[in-house]
Amino acid sequence: MTWHFDNDRPIYTQILEQISFLIISGQYPPGSKLPSVRDLASEASVNPNTMQRALTELERSRLIYSQRTSGRFVTEDQELIRQMKEHIGKEKILSLFRDMEQLGYHPDQTISLINKIITFKNGGEA
Amino acid sequence: MNTILEYSHVSKQFNSLCALSDVSFTVEPGHIVGLLGPNGSGKTTLLKIACGLLCPTAGDVSVCGKPTGPDSKLRISYLPDKDYLSEWMKVSQIIDLFNDFYSNFDRNKAYEMLNRLNISPKQKLKTLSKGTREKVQLILVMSRAADLYLLDEPIGGVDPAARDYILRTILTNYNDQGSILISTHLISDVEQVLDQVIFLKNGLIALQSSVDDIRANYQKSVDELFREVFQC
Repeated sequence: MTWHFDNDRPIYTQILEQISFLIISGQYPPGSKLPSVRDLASEASVNPNTMQRALTELERSRLIYSQRTSGRFVTEDQELIRQMKEHIGKEKILSLFRDMEQLGYHPDQTISLINKIITFKNGGEA
Repeated sequence: MNTILEYSHVSKQFNSLCALSDVSFTVEPGHIVGLLGPNGSGKTTLLKIACGLLCPTAGDVSVCGKPTGPDSKLRISYLPDKDYLSEWMKVSQIIDLFNDFYSNFDRNKAYEMLNRLNISPKQKLKTLSKGTREKVQLILVMSRAADLYLLDEPIGGVDPAARDYILRTILTNYNDQGSILISTHLISDVEQVLDQVIFLKNGLIALQSSVDDIRANYQKSVDELFREVFQC
């Protein structure tokens, strides 16, 4: 995968989000071993210290855990991953509502617009 | 482990020109520090003082706890901003020279990097393009197991694709306890590999901060902040 970073936010928070995404989407399956800090840093072309900081944060959120000698692993706690998925999903929807509100859409109108798109996608009439 | 490089109240005067004035900072082990500033702000002078090519007019510089001197030459691997290699030499000969000269030079590493960048060791330096010569110089510098790498404009003349490889080379080849001080104008290219940045303005330190602190405090990248601070 390619790593892309926005300009206006700290790099480590963006790494954090991108690794969380890889875990939630199953690209790093539960219980699997993560590449080393050096390898990840080199892959993302970022400073190893920045990568280390992001991984430490991820450990704190328990999405990954480290085993003293053998490296870092993705959590096997599926419930935790599901919760994280829901959390990120909620965040995305909230940000959508905020954007729509700026455009002048009331949340109800946003929802009816969403329904319209879904029917259209499913081959119904828009 | 102690501080790798320490500047305390360093000033450098060239006749009436004040190139550096009262510069103090430290570089910690394992850190990559960007030295950023417009042309003529004192970046090259600062690096030359660190490796002992220039003597400061005032102040002290220490490398791994000792003042600069013969001992620090082994600890520091320096990439000057000028092309200093002998044109008649072949790439393989310059590698032999470095191998004889520095006990911490790793010949295999050099050949591996040459191979990755498609540079033939049989070629004469005279026949290489400017960018390729820069790559060779950087390979020579990064093939040493030094404590401190001083890189003066390492990627200026190199194409963007090779730039990425070179940055990755820098990231994977410096040792854990070593540090890198890198001066450059190409901020957006190097930004994400840096821990810290030092902004130099007319020989003074205008700002010293970690990259993520700058992003968190100003909501902008180092590149954008640089353009703002040094707006002409």
